[in-house]
Amino acid sequence: MALREFNLDLDGKDETVAAVSQLDHLKMLEAESMFILREAAAEFARPVMLYSIGKDSSVMLRLAQKAFYPGKIPFPLLHIDTSYKFPEMIEFRDWYAKHVGVQLIVHKNQKALDDGANPYSLGTQKCCGFLKTRSLLDGLAEGGFDAAFGGARRDEEKSRAKERVYSFRDSLGQWDPKNQRPELWSLYNSRHHKGESIRVFPLSNWTELDVWLYIDAEKIPIVPLYFAKEREAIVRGEQILLLQAGVRALPGEKTEMVKCRMRSLGCAPCTGGIRSDADTVPKIINEMISFRRSERENRAIDHDEEGSMEIKKREGYF
Amino acid sequence: MSNATPESTDAPSASSTPFDSVGAAGSLTHALGLLRFSTAGSVDDGKSTLIGRLLYDSKSVFEDQLASVQKSKINRSSGPIDFSLLTDGLRAEREQGITIDVAYRYFSTPRRKFIIADTPGHEQYTRNMATGASTAEAAVVLMDATKGVLRQSRRHAYIAHLLGVQHIVAAVNKMDLVGFSQDVFDRISAEFREFADHLGIHNVYAVPVSALEGDNVVRRSKRMPWFEGPPLLEHLESIPASVGSASGPLRFPVQYVIRPDASFRGFAGQLVSGTLHPGSSVVAMPSGVRTKVQSIVAFEDEPDSALPGDSITITLEDEIDLSRGDMLVGEANPPSSGTEFQAVLVWMHSEPLDRHKIYVLKHTTRTVRARINQIRYRVDINTLEHVPATKLDLNEIAAVDVKTTLPLFVDPYHLNRITGSFIVIDPLTNATVAAGIIERSMERRQGPRETAAQRKHSTREERILRFGHPAAAIWLKGRPRVAELVERRLFDEGWQVQLAGPNDFLSHELVTVAKAFRLSGYITVFCPLDDGTDQKQVVRMIFGPDSFFAVRITDDTDEEAVDRIMKVLRKWRDNYSLEPENGKS
Repeated sequence: MALREFNLDLDGKDETVAAVSQLDHLKMLEAESMFILREAAAEFARPVMLYSIGKDSSVMLRLAQKAFYPGKIPFPLLHIDTSYKFPEMIEFRDWYAKHVGVQLIVHKNQKALDDGANPYSLGTQKCCGFLKTRSLLDGLAEGGFDAAFGGARRDEEKSRAKERVYSFRDSLGQWDPKNQRPELWSLYNSRHHKGESIRVFPLSNWTELDVWLYIDAEKIPIVPLYFAKEREAIVRGEQILLLQAGVRALPGEKTEMVKCRMRSLGCAPCTGGIRSDADTVPKIINEMISFRRSERENRAIDHDEEGSMEIKKREGYF
Repeated sequence: MSNATPESTDAPSASSTPFDSVGAAGSLTHALGLLRFSTAGSVDDGKSTLIGRLLYDSKSVFEDQLASVQKSKINRSSGPIDFSLLTDGLRAEREQGITIDVAYRYFSTPRRKFIIADTPGHEQYTRNMATGASTAEAAVVLMDATKGVLRQSRRHAYIAHLLGVQHIVAAVNKMDLVGFSQDVFDRISAEFREFADHLGIHNVYAVPVSALEGDNVVRRSKRMPWFEGPPLLEHLESIPASVGSASGPLRFPVQYVIRPDASFRGFAGQLVSGTLHPGSSVVAMPSGVRTKVQSIVAFEDEPDSALPGDSITITLEDEIDLSRGDMLVGEANPPSSGTEFQAVLVWMHSEPLDRHKIYVLKHTTRTVRARINQIRYRVDINTLEHVPATKLDLNEIAAVDVKTTLPLFVDPYHLNRITGSFIVIDPLTNATVAAGIIERSMERRQGPRETAAQRKHSTREERILRFGHPAAAIWLKGRPRVAELVERRLFDEGWQVQLAGPNDFLSHELVTVAKAFRLSGYITVFCPLDDGTDQKQVVRMIFGPDSFFAVRITDDTDEEAVDRIMKVLRKWRDNYSLEPENGKS
């Protein structure tokens, strides 16, 4: 058997490494995310995009439009509605899905809601368990989805730093952080047995700042709650809570008008705003780069106990 | 950095931010792009502390994250802040004080964005080191100034080099513990350079640092005036990013075909190397058909060219047969196309390599079946010696021969990291079991002739390669339950098997049935009726005595009988050869 060397005839050996890319870092991130979206769309039988209405979802959706243009996005969006979302989010969701021309599935854990699930009597951890985690797993099972795109970024929270781009979930939807598939180069392993699924995170390598820079560069629509405005709120300790979607003032609390905006969007009772004057995307970016606090700080669920996000994720939370 | 201060240990103040030298938001995209670098090591040598320090001094740590670390009950460092807590993510790690898995960290300076692949350095985490290095352009090899060049440092340098990392940084840490001694640094860096030279690494930058106290990490150390090079971060900022060569040969693996309607057929993918523009001549692999690029299609504009790293969609001038897994290449310097190549494998799974198993192999966007039938040698990860080996276990590295069912279009890894790499997947568990680095192709024929060969019918050898075994007969007269169980067990384990039950054919059809199954390469489980005729010898002749197994009736249970049969079959499979059969018809 003849052993043949490769017939590549490059002028210089270092050629492949010496050439500096013309891409700036946003273009590199965009290209990588589009690659991931296409790869999953090609290899999974029934992918779905988890759409949380937030800025990351908006970016992910735009990347999907780009990845499959001029074709339509070849998978539906799935929104897990806890019924505690800000009304502006729901309004935006319905408008934007229509605007983009993508199928939108809304899933609620109606049984838990009928049984009166709410963060006040259950506590945030249990409430998330019923209305997000359980509801998500049910929504995925109902649609028979074998892959779900999520907008999570590794820079968001410590336990996410070890998350793969393709994150394997067993038939109960659980994540086993100690037993993850190795992920090398851009060779993603999509194989799974029936009932198992894979969460795919195209924005893994983006940071919060990258997301905002991209929103600015691409003029991507986002929920108006991200922009500073005088809003009716109650100030509870360090939290600024908007009086929407079931948020109630506790005895002795007074409402006031606060110029504030949301840095990340979740359920109204558990997501606080920040005082801000940033009412345009460039202003938000300028505010961001002077920020000294992380974006999930205003999310009550992350701070239940040290390592709480990891516990939620093991159970199947996104 | 323009906001660098002479003190090496100052804490971030409210007035200084990561970007305070940048005025307008518009200039925040980093022209130098992304740099991915890997680190390897354990808590002991201060790796987590170094990364924590990079994040902290480049102001990439938020106040609340810092507060949570300061609040934590654990502090393994001698300083006020245990920087390693900023990076050790998982509960198990925090509790055991070790870094188990690859973690990715992000930080930016005004000049560029960085992604750190932070990996554990112990031998049992070779796979994690390889994972981190696979996408890195630079590797920071951390050494403890009080300990010098350890096995772990060598191991990391070797793996980084193996995985094609071009820039190696030797960071000699804990300089504070050796009195910031130039002699110590010179001795350690000289020893490391000698080792690196031996490996063929010539791009080594050695820098003395104290991660704990911040010397030469982000800011130049005042306590080591004898060191004139830039601090670690400044050096990392100056390393050129590489995503593939624009002047290299064209490689465009087709990832996804976009067909919104009958009039449009676009081929989407990420350009690996070379450039594309309307009018570019391309050759489709494996068909060998030549055509030209008609247009590059994008969401809001029609770009006039595409560069390596771009995710693009193109249309072609001719309607040719082209789908996912195919590749567009240039007329000059096409990749090697073949089904046999030599590669280095990093084994990543607790289940060792099975040389008879048919694995799934993913290379660019192409997925094929493959066997790794020969281990040429294993690399002792500590001495780097080549040692003979018959097996390959978790975290071991070996040079192997790979044989695939369909041709792959490959380049040697040192010339192209994308078309030179693959992963190996276990088809039954779906686990990723190995990472592969292609050394050279062993193609027998060249491109177009390969397709002519593909049009010929499949051979016995190809079927053996796909199934993992040749044909065999199992004769189980009078034990229908055992026959069923054996068939099920073989099927579940991935064998190509068929049960030929008593009601599936008439007794006079047996010869025809046996010949058909042998030709198709099946393990055939016969359980004939006990009708007085004995056709055993006929079937034995058809399959050949080496591949015929008649099970004697004993008083064992069905399960015991199944186990006995499986044992014999596995042994048989391990001993057959791939040589063409001679004499049998």
